[in-house]
Amino acid sequence: MARIEMTVNGKKVSHDVEDRTLLADFLRDELGLTGTHIGCDTSQCGCCTVHVDGVAVKSCTMLVGQANGADILTIEGMAKGDKLHPVQQAFTECHALQCGFCTPGMIMAVAGLLKDNPSPNDDEIIHGLEGNLCRCTGYINIIKAVKHAAAAMK
Amino acid sequence: MYSFTYTRAKSLAEARDMLAKDQDAKLLSGGMTLIPTLKQRLASPSQLIDISRIAELRGIAVKGEHLEIGAAMQHAEVARSNDVKQKIPALAYLASQIGDPQVRNRGTIGGSVANNDPVADYPGAALGLGATIKTTQREIAADDFFKGVFETALKADEIVTGISFPVPKRAAYAKFPHPVSGYSMTGSFVADNGNGVRVAITGAGQGVFRWKEAEVALGRNFSLAALKGLAMPSRGLSNDLHATAEYRANLVEVMTRRAVASLTGGK
Repeated sequence: MARIEMTVNGKKVSHDVEDRTLLADFLRDELGLTGTHIGCDTSQCGCCTVHVDGVAVKSCTMLVGQANGADILTIEGMAKGDKLHPVQQAFTECHALQCGFCTPGMIMAVAGLLKDNPSPNDDEIIHGLEGNLCRCTGYINIIKAVKHAAAAMK
Repeated sequence: MYSFTYTRAKSLAEARDMLAKDQDAKLLSGGMTLIPTLKQRLASPSQLIDISRIAELRGIAVKGEHLEIGAAMQHAEVARSNDVKQKIPALAYLASQIGDPQVRNRGTIGGSVANNDPVADYPGAALGLGATIKTTQREIAADDFFKGVFETALKADEIVTGISFPVPKRAAYAKFPHPVSGYSMTGSFVADNGNGVRVAITGAGQGVFRWKEAEVALGRNFSLAALKGLAMPSRGLSNDLHATAEYRANLVEVMTRRAVASLTGGK
């Protein structure tokens, strides 16, 4: 067991957990933040993407101990009250989701991409979202939403 | 995952002591291979020693005609480093093509080299450039370091601290990624040092290897014409559900041509 202390969506949390606990399981089971999805559990699909110290990572492939002391941002921390984050707003407006299962990870990955590259072209968006799988949309509207969000965030 | 204890080492000395005291301990850096391995219960270490934040393993430095990269530098950091882009752009490009963005934000160069996955990219760069692997005990030439599938010259209590790459006159990496995993089905790293050429092939065989015939041919005449008629034998190459050995042999030739063409303007 280890004492984990971190900041999640601006709030300090402190829990005792087994050393083998994954960050994704910690967020979901200990903190009840079930917006972070676990799709494949093999670091392929990207549904579990969260930001650790401002960087997008797959939380199913990170031990909570590795994130001890870190600043974590999950999908639940993106909206400010009723106001959606520009990436969330863009996904809504561009119909960039159907079933929605991949969406939390997709949005966190897009937010990470736009931080590194505020105006990506189509190729850069495709390369930048290689770690996230969507089985519904065919990606067309996701790419549209990324451009929409990029413009809105300028 | 089987149960284990996790400790974040504060210094290289502490990590070395912990590793020496426990035969069943494993080093953890980015964890991009180790954590999936643990999840599949293919390994059951007693403890994980996290070395990813140790200051001595961090940093990128230009030292004369060498580029030194700390073992705990992540692929994303290598890909966007101005020093790497300036001195060995092929290495920055290679790093930018590993896995996906989230993997590049966690995985490290030291971990990739120490793991020596036969389909990993970095072993190609290390062997192709004739790099030196620096450890807590010695310096090992890449030619002596990679020993086949997931095998290296590392001893059980030895830790990779960094990799020193000689800056080549010109170099290029061409990779045919597996469409699902992004691992290299075949990657060819071609480096022209000014007084010789090295060609390292990753992904195609039982661990990274040098294509000596291509090196000799390109050493005489660094051009596509030199590769004409040069065939990679399929014998000994990997033959699995992803590709046959014959297909991989063809990819070795095609990727090597692409790497050379990118340096010669297609000639």
